[in-house]
Amino acid sequence: MAEAARQPLVAVRGLKMYFPITAGLLRRRVGDVKAVDDVSFDIRAGETLGLVGESGCGKSTCGRAILRLYDITAGSIRIDGDEIARMGQTALRRLRPKMQMVFQDPQASLNPRMTVAGIIGEPLAEHTPMTQAERLERIYGLMDAVGLNRNFANRYPHEFSGGQRQRIGIARALALNPKFIVCDEPIAALDVSIQAQVVNLLEELQARFGLTYLFISHDLSMVRHIATRVAVMYLGRIVEIADRDALYSAPLHPYTQALLSAVPEPDPDYEGQRRRIILTGDVPSPARPPEGCRFSTRCPTVLDICRRVAPELSTRGGDRAVACHLHPATAQQTAGRTGGPMAAVWEPAGQIQQGEHR
Amino acid sequence: MPDGAAPVLAVSGLKTVFRTRGGEVHAVNDVGFRLRPGELLGVVGESGSGKSVTMMSLLGLLPSPPAEVRAGEVIFDGRNLLTMPPEELRAVRGGGIGFIFQDPMTSLNPVFNVGFQITEPLRRHLGMDRARAEARAAELLDLVGIPDARRRLKDYPHQFSGGMRQRVMIAIALACDPKVLIADEPTTALDVTIQAQILELVRDLRQKLGMAIIWITHDLGVIAGIADRVMVMYGGQVVEEAPVKALFADPRHPYTRALLRTIPHVRGPRAARLRVIEGQPPILRAAPSACPFRARCAHAMPRCAAENPALRAVGSGHAIACFWDAPAAAEAAHG
Repeated sequence: MAEAARQPLVAVRGLKMYFPITAGLLRRRVGDVKAVDDVSFDIRAGETLGLVGESGCGKSTCGRAILRLYDITAGSIRIDGDEIARMGQTALRRLRPKMQMVFQDPQASLNPRMTVAGIIGEPLAEHTPMTQAERLERIYGLMDAVGLNRNFANRYPHEFSGGQRQRIGIARALALNPKFIVCDEPIAALDVSIQAQVVNLLEELQARFGLTYLFISHDLSMVRHIATRVAVMYLGRIVEIADRDALYSAPLHPYTQALLSAVPEPDPDYEGQRRRIILTGDVPSPARPPEGCRFSTRCPTVLDICRRVAPELSTRGGDRAVACHLHPATAQQTAGRTGGPMAAVWEPAGQIQQGEHR
Repeated sequence: MPDGAAPVLAVSGLKTVFRTRGGEVHAVNDVGFRLRPGELLGVVGESGSGKSVTMMSLLGLLPSPPAEVRAGEVIFDGRNLLTMPPEELRAVRGGGIGFIFQDPMTSLNPVFNVGFQITEPLRRHLGMDRARAEARAAELLDLVGIPDARRRLKDYPHQFSGGMRQRVMIAIALACDPKVLIADEPTTALDVTIQAQILELVRDLRQKLGMAIIWITHDLGVIAGIADRVMVMYGGQVVEEAPVKALFADPRHPYTRALLRTIPHVRGPRAARLRVIEGQPPILRAAPSACPFRARCAHAMPRCAAENPALRAVGSGHAIACFWDAPAAAEAAHG
């Protein structure tokens, strides 16, 4: 673990993904939707980083941007030693086998006119010199790995249930032996009894093939199950990132606290007596985020400074970073600013990267 | 919850079949339940379990064809809704029985402002004039927690956020002061923090207005927080029915037990590996002559394939449709 800590498989720094808002006849750019606005984090080899947040917080955009499914606005993305933030599509294509994606809706992400074998075999045909016979062998192997019956290789996606379709999507993502897989809400479209099947499969495959996951989800209980570390996003920013147990047992950011307190627990006694933090209002538009802290318009513990100054994501000891003016860190942070030992701002990877990647 | 009180809604022997090109699908099979005044009955089940179709059937909201309500009786206010002339049934829908659907964007009409959509039932069912209806509409929006209610009556659905739209839907459903409110996955499309707001609103409205509610959801956490009684559906039938505490503390049907064990939690001990329910829910091509859960059941026995178990009592207000006897609660908590 110590070794892995020094060597993140994925290092994202200052990632920004803005979508232009245009207006008028000439489609003049009048503003930006700041879907992802200055996000930095590491994903260590073999771990699962959970990325949680509500709809519109930018978590899916972030996942797609990391795989360069978009031309990003700014930032650095280093995956397995390669800086891909500014890489052209041809060069990226060579690296695609290393990084794959599992999408939310297997209904929409699988071509309805291709057979299962065709879907799983497509990346092999595109990226490898395999013969047809080798390819078929590999397809069967992948179908076994994800628990699909080989006899169904010539069937079409519509003949499968949602859970099985997600298995097809996972088999395709695995075809080229990737190191890193972005799972974008892979279980959101599935029934409760099927979700566990798919999550267990993802865990088995991770152990077997040494995969690293970015697991994007709005389901906080499932993320607690699968992730080793968790990042919480709000309106394009990461507000808190921490080890799973630390985050769930003692969330520091008021938003993380509200989010966890809003999750209904299947326990009537607990539900009857629990103290809930009910946030007021809705998430502001990412085209016009509030000044200062982006959560300041809904924060139950907002301070004056929050409406003026955006808090930095800074460490709170160990593996934890929080972007909040207030949390227990007030003392530490003040100490930090005056030169105390807690001064380390959570941006250590700049130096580490230089050391490691030439 | 007084056990003896006369139910506001009593459903028995409901059967709904869809006729499709691929044959018949028996979506609802012999479903019955009683809704008591003021109680919140949670209906839990996965997609295809028949929970929504049951509620749509009893309101006569399913297009026919392909749907056909083959049998059953739905007694509301002393009358059978299933044999009622369409005109009278229309007076019940949105009048005595209000309903809310999952997706507030598709169930609100995008070309009318919300004021029109809230006043419509008031004018139609209660015969209010325009001015009175508008005043009442503003009151309703205020009741469901929409700020600046009177001005917002002129706004269109797209000018509201998801949570606010669901509040508008609730306002419409409550417009005629219904005795029964049927809510079909009303918070499923919402974010958790917004869901928490809506659940809080519903708790508050129940106290103020005291109507009986049927709340359909797949989320056992939501059910635990708001229901008085719960009905678990699987394969088009009711497999377990119990007071909420008994259901979570002492689930007796193998499906309920498996479902409760498969879901992860945000607090308490974390399982190293999730327990799964293998297999998939059935597609019911014919009226079931056996237990629909038997193929996925850890306790299936020969009898389960030979006959479909009827609901039988296993405790106070607690019934299951299963031949198997679950061990006592203490053991069930671990196993």
